[in-house]
Amino acid sequence: MPFIPHTAADVGAMLQAVGAGSIDALFDEIPAALQVEGLPGIGPGLPEAAITRLMSERAAADGHPLCFIGAGAYDHHIPAAVWEIAGRGEFYSAYTPYQAEASQGTLQLIYEYQSMMTELTGLGVANASLYDGATAFAEACLMAVRANRKSRSRRVLTTRALAPAYRRVARNLLEGQGIELVELPLADGRTDIAALAASAGADFAALAIQQPGFLGTLEAVDELTDWAHAHDMLVIGVCNPVWLALLEPPGRWGAAGADIACGEGQPLGIPLSSGGPYFGYLGCRDALARQMPGRIVGRTVDLDGRSGFTLTLQAREQHIRRSKATSNICTNQGLMVTAATIHMSLLGAEGLRRVAAQCHANTRSLVQALCALPGVSLAFAPYCHEAVLRFERPLAPLLDALSAAGILGGHDLAADYPELGHALLVCATEMRTAADIETYASTLGRLLAAA
Amino acid sequence: MIPEPVIFESSHAGRRAFPQAPASLADIGDLPASALRSEPARLPEVSELQVVRHFTRLSQLNFSIDTHFYPLGSCTMKYNPRAANRLAMLPGFLGRHPLAPDEHGQGFLACLYELQEMLKAVTGMSEVSLTPMAGAQGEFAGVAMIRAYHRARGDHARRVLIVPDAAHGTNPATATMCGYEVREIPTDAEGDVDLAALKAALGPDTAGIMLTNPSTLGVFERRIVELSAMVHEAGGLLYYDGANLNAVLGRVLPAAMGFDVMHINLHKTFSTPHGGGGPGAGVVAANERLARFLPVPIVGRRDDRYTWLGEAERPDSIGRLSAFMGNAGILLRAHVYMRMLGAEGMRRVSSFATLNANYLMARLQAAGFELAFPARRASHEFIISLRRLAQDTGVTAMDFAKALLDRGFHAPTTYFPLLVPECLLIEPTETESLEELDRFVAAMAAIRELALHDAAEIKAAPRSTPVRRLDEVKAARDLDLRWYGRPRPPAAP
Repeated sequence: MPFIPHTAADVGAMLQAVGAGSIDALFDEIPAALQVEGLPGIGPGLPEAAITRLMSERAAADGHPLCFIGAGAYDHHIPAAVWEIAGRGEFYSAYTPYQAEASQGTLQLIYEYQSMMTELTGLGVANASLYDGATAFAEACLMAVRANRKSRSRRVLTTRALAPAYRRVARNLLEGQGIELVELPLADGRTDIAALAASAGADFAALAIQQPGFLGTLEAVDELTDWAHAHDMLVIGVCNPVWLALLEPPGRWGAAGADIACGEGQPLGIPLSSGGPYFGYLGCRDALARQMPGRIVGRTVDLDGRSGFTLTLQAREQHIRRSKATSNICTNQGLMVTAATIHMSLLGAEGLRRVAAQCHANTRSLVQALCALPGVSLAFAPYCHEAVLRFERPLAPLLDALSAAGILGGHDLAADYPELGHALLVCATEMRTAADIETYASTLGRLLAAA
Repeated sequence: MIPEPVIFESSHAGRRAFPQAPASLADIGDLPASALRSEPARLPEVSELQVVRHFTRLSQLNFSIDTHFYPLGSCTMKYNPRAANRLAMLPGFLGRHPLAPDEHGQGFLACLYELQEMLKAVTGMSEVSLTPMAGAQGEFAGVAMIRAYHRARGDHARRVLIVPDAAHGTNPATATMCGYEVREIPTDAEGDVDLAALKAALGPDTAGIMLTNPSTLGVFERRIVELSAMVHEAGGLLYYDGANLNAVLGRVLPAAMGFDVMHINLHKTFSTPHGGGGPGAGVVAANERLARFLPVPIVGRRDDRYTWLGEAERPDSIGRLSAFMGNAGILLRAHVYMRMLGAEGMRRVSSFATLNANYLMARLQAAGFELAFPARRASHEFIISLRRLAQDTGVTAMDFAKALLDRGFHAPTTYFPLLVPECLLIEPTETESLEELDRFVAAMAAIRELALHDAAEIKAAPRSTPVRRLDEVKAARDLDLRWYGRPRPPAAP
C-alpha cells in the first residue's frame, strides 16, 4: 500500500486494542448516508516508475525556449548547492518552528535571512517572508494604513509604474477592509512628478513606489520620498532584491528613508517554476516592528545562558488576537527563504551586484540589437534590467511567431498599458549570451521583413 | 551539541563563491550615479564550502518528518514522498517562465488540470481553483466568494459570519479581513456544535458559517446534515475548512455534507512539504452556486489543449490572489502524490490515519491519560488533557511537550484548541508504523511516571536539544532581529 506500513497482522492487533471489528467500524459516528464507497473519476494508483515516466514526458514537452521575459520573474543562475541543501529532509519536511528547541536550524536560518534582508533594504527589520511579491505589497499597504499615526486615511497612493499584478492583487485582498489604491499617471515611463501637485491636498496613508519601476526605468525616489513625508504619508518601496545590491536601498531614499520595503524574492535563488512557489519579503523601520505582519525570529538566551533563536512578537498574530487580527497571515514561505539565504550567502553583495550589472549590460545589448531593426525603437531611458520597445504594429502575431521559433520575445504591454501603443517589455538576464541575443535579433528581423 | 556560529561570524572581506557570479562587473556607466548605492550591503563573505557546511549543520539542528515522529495535531505531518519533490523539480517544469505562452506549458497545464479534476472528485464540488497559496489564503478566497454571492443578489444585510469556538485562529481573522463581524458559538460537552446556540445566532444578518469537520476537537460533527439545513434555511452559506480532510478522504464528500465552498491544505492531506513553515497550498473548491466567483487563473481544456482562464473568461471571479499562479510547484507535488495513490490509495489514507489515531488513543487511555472526549471515536486525531496531572504535579502540557523532545519525538500540538485545558492534540497520520506508535506510548507513559515522582526533572526538559528552554520574554523585550545593529555584541565563543 503506497506509503502505509501496516501489515495484515498489524491491523488485526490494532483493531483488537481499539475494540473494533473492522476499520470501517471506526467511522460509525458518521451518518451512513454521507459515506461513499469509491471515487469515480480517479483512476488506479501509479507506481513510481510510471509516474516518473509520465512527468518526465510532460516536463520535456514544455521545452526550453529562449526566454526574454522578465516582468516580475527572472531567469537567474542558481548555484547547485542552493537546492541540494534546501532539499535536505531536515529543512524540507520540518514544520513551522513553534517548538524552538527542536527547530534551531530553521530559526537561526531565518535570523540570518532577516539580517541579510535588512542589509539589502537598509531598514532595521525584516520578517520571515510572505507568500509572494504581490501579497507582500498588499500587506505593506495594510501595515501602512495601521501604522500611520498622522493620517487616518484608508487610501494608498501608488503609481502606474508599479507592477500591474501587484496593484490588482492588493485591490482584491484589501477591498474587504475598505482600503483603496489611487494611481499616479506615467510620464516618460516613470511616475509623473508633475502630477504630484494634484494629490497634495488629499489625505493618503502612504505612497508606494517601485524601483526599478515595472517598465525598467528609474524612479525619482528621493524626491518622491521627501514629498510624501512632507504630506504625512509613509513611503513603501517595492524593489527587486538583486537590484538592491546595486541601487540605493529604500532605507536611504530622500532625507529620512522609506518606511516600509517589500518585493518579490524570486530572483534570490528561486526557480521560475511557472510562477511559484516564490516568496515575498517585507521590511520596515525599527519603530514599526510591532506593526509588522507575519513571523519574526529573535535571538535570545536559554536557561544556561546560551544564545538561541525563537519566534517572537507573537502577540501580533491571529493565534492570540483572532477576530481582532487585521491580517490572517499564518505562514511564511520557509523553504524558499532557506534557498534564498543559501543563495545570498554564496553570491554575497558583490556577486548580486555583478548579476544586476550583467543583466543591465545584456539588456542593453539586446535593446541595441533589436532597435537596429526597422520599426523598432526604445521607449524610455535610462533603463535597468528590462526595457520597453515600441513597434509599429500589434505584437501578438509577432510574439506567436517568435514562440513557434522557440523564443519568448518579451511581455506584451497592450493589456495593461494601452496608452503606450504597441509596446514590448524585454529582459536579458545574465543567463542570455551574445549568441542568444543574436538569435533573437535575426529571427525577429526575418519576421519583420516577411510581414 | 556544538552551537553553529551565525554565518556573519565566518565572514572575511574579499572571500566569495567565485564561480557563482559574473567574473567582472559589467559597465553600468549609463546608469545615473545618484541612483547607485553609496555603501555596499554587508552580506557574509564566505566560500562555497563554508556555505555548504554551515547550512548542512543548521539542518542537523532541526527535527523533521524525515528524522522524527511528528504527531502534531491538525498539521498532518505525514511522509512527503521523495518522488513528488524530484518530479516537480524536473528542468522542464522549473525553467518555465510564468508568462510563457500556453503552447510552452501543455505538460504543466495538463498536470494542473488533472489535479483540479481529482480534487473535484474528492470534494464533490463542481469547480476548483488552485491559486491560493496557503490555508489562510484559501479561507480568504472562500469567504470573499460568500461575500460576492450575497452582493451579487443585492443582499447587503448579511454582515455576520458564525464561527465555532473550536475553530482555527485564522477563521475569525479571515472573516475580519473580508469585512465581516464574527459571532462565536459554543461546543457542547460531547464535542458537537451547540445547535441551540447556532439557532439563536442565525438570522437575516447571517452571511454564513465556517466549520471544520471533523472538528479541531478530533471528532466528527454528527448532526452536520441538520446543521447545514439550518444555515441554508436562514439564507447563509457553509464554508468548509479542509484542515482535517485527511480524516474522511475517499469516504465523505464535503459537498454532500451541505458545504458550499471549501479550501484544502495540499500540504496536509496531499503530502506536499511543510518546508519549515511553507510554502503551502490552500486550493479552493465550490459548488454550482459559488463556482463563478472562484479566484483566477483556472486551467481550462478546449479540444485537448489546455489554457489559462483569467478575468476575461470568468468575469464574476473575485480575481487574482498572487502575481502569477499561486505555488505552482507545490501543485505539481500534490498531483504526483494523488496519481500515485489513485482512488483506493486515497481511501486508505483516511482508513489508516483513523486506525492509527484510535489505536494511539486507546493505548494512551490504558496508560492512564485522560481523554477530552472518552465517549467518542477519534477522527484522525484526538485530544488528551493533562489538567489533572498539572493540578497534582505542576507539570503542564508545555513541560510534557519538552520532555517528549528529549525522547526523540516532536511534541503534539499544545494548548490548541483553546477550550480544552492543558491539552495535547495528537495526530499520528497513516504513514507511521505500529512500532513507532508503541514507542511513543512508552515515552508518554515514562514521562507521566516521572512527572508523578520528579516533576522538577520534567520542568528542566529538554536537555538533549541544541538549546534548552529559551527566554521568550527577553526575546520580545530586547528585540534582536538582525546581526548588524543588534542590541549587544555576541556572546564570547
